[in-house]
Amino acid sequence: MDLHPYISVDGDKNWRGVVPQLDQSTLQISGQENMEEVQDHATFMQGVKDCIPTLLGYLSIGFAAGVIEMTAGLSLAETALLSLILYAGSAQFIAAGMLASNGSALAIMFTIFFVNLRHLLLSAAVSPYFRHLTPLKNMWIGSLLTDESFGVAMTRAIGRERLSERWMHGLNITAYLNWFVANMAGAYFGRWITNPERLGLDYALPAMFIGLVVLQLVHRKNKKIHINVAIIAVVCVIFASMASLGSMSVIVAAVIAATMGVFMERWK
Amino acid sequence: MGSALLTFIPRVLPLMLFSKIQIPMWLLRWLEYVPVAVMAALIGQELFMSDNQLVPITHNAALWASLPTIAVAIWTRSLLGTVLVGIVAMMILRYWIV
Repeated sequence: MDLHPYISVDGDKNWRGVVPQLDQSTLQISGQENMEEVQDHATFMQGVKDCIPTLLGYLSIGFAAGVIEMTAGLSLAETALLSLILYAGSAQFIAAGMLASNGSALAIMFTIFFVNLRHLLLSAAVSPYFRHLTPLKNMWIGSLLTDESFGVAMTRAIGRERLSERWMHGLNITAYLNWFVANMAGAYFGRWITNPERLGLDYALPAMFIGLVVLQLVHRKNKKIHINVAIIAVVCVIFASMASLGSMSVIVAAVIAATMGVFMERWK
Repeated sequence: MGSALLTFIPRVLPLMLFSKIQIPMWLLRWLEYVPVAVMAALIGQELFMSDNQLVPITHNAALWASLPTIAVAIWTRSLLGTVLVGIVAMMILRYWIV
């Protein structure tokens, strides 16, 4: 029974608060009384289910991406390949934009690389929860990691030591299929939509991130520090962006903000 | 396609590496703040910036649309609701401004 990350329910339906403790010497996170928090038995279908709230967000972005890809002159087959192999909304938008204005292949690749460098951070942040798996299995999990599956996974990870592999696959694959279908739908039906921005569809991505951040903050114990981290990140990204760091500004801002978070925790 | 590889590597490598190496304490603490930091930075960039320029508050539809979006997110804790409200808010705001 999953009431809350910090509440455990025993066989007699008695509940108690479980306080995670950090054991300095062995780097383990364990519940005070109940070790069942360590295993995550969530199923594949549970992962699929947990993915659903985020599907609409990516459905609209994928749709918009498909429309833009069609406008940039990509055929249906090319759109299919782009969405399946690249599988990154930000990168696809950039790629389509550059293709439309005849950018060089090298410039496209550089920009895509830096935009996706933040996946390094996401991947690293999620890795502690999959240490029980082989590198090959982690490769499969990592290959389908996105901002959205990252957000959902981290929300589930609060108060837990590890995440279920099957659950993660359910999450990843559902998101992947959804993205592909959305792109194809956009490419196919795009000819009938003249102006996606008028419908506010492009706001789906920021709206989804806002939702994910709020969910994170709501479940965290030390809310104040996390909120401060968020504020610092926003301020940093503004300055970094004005300094023309472009796609690097997100990474720089995130690194600074996270580091400040660690210091704030120390100063308490 | 080189770009596919460039997307694949930063995604996959850290997960494969870090799952087998013991992560030092300070790194684990730091990683705990990364999710919020990254998402906040992304949001900040989307809401406040346009092509490396700060968008003036009066013209920033995205910022205003974020207010009801944040409110709904806190109130319902539903991702679906948040996204829907955000899209509708944006649509309404654009209709008025443009």
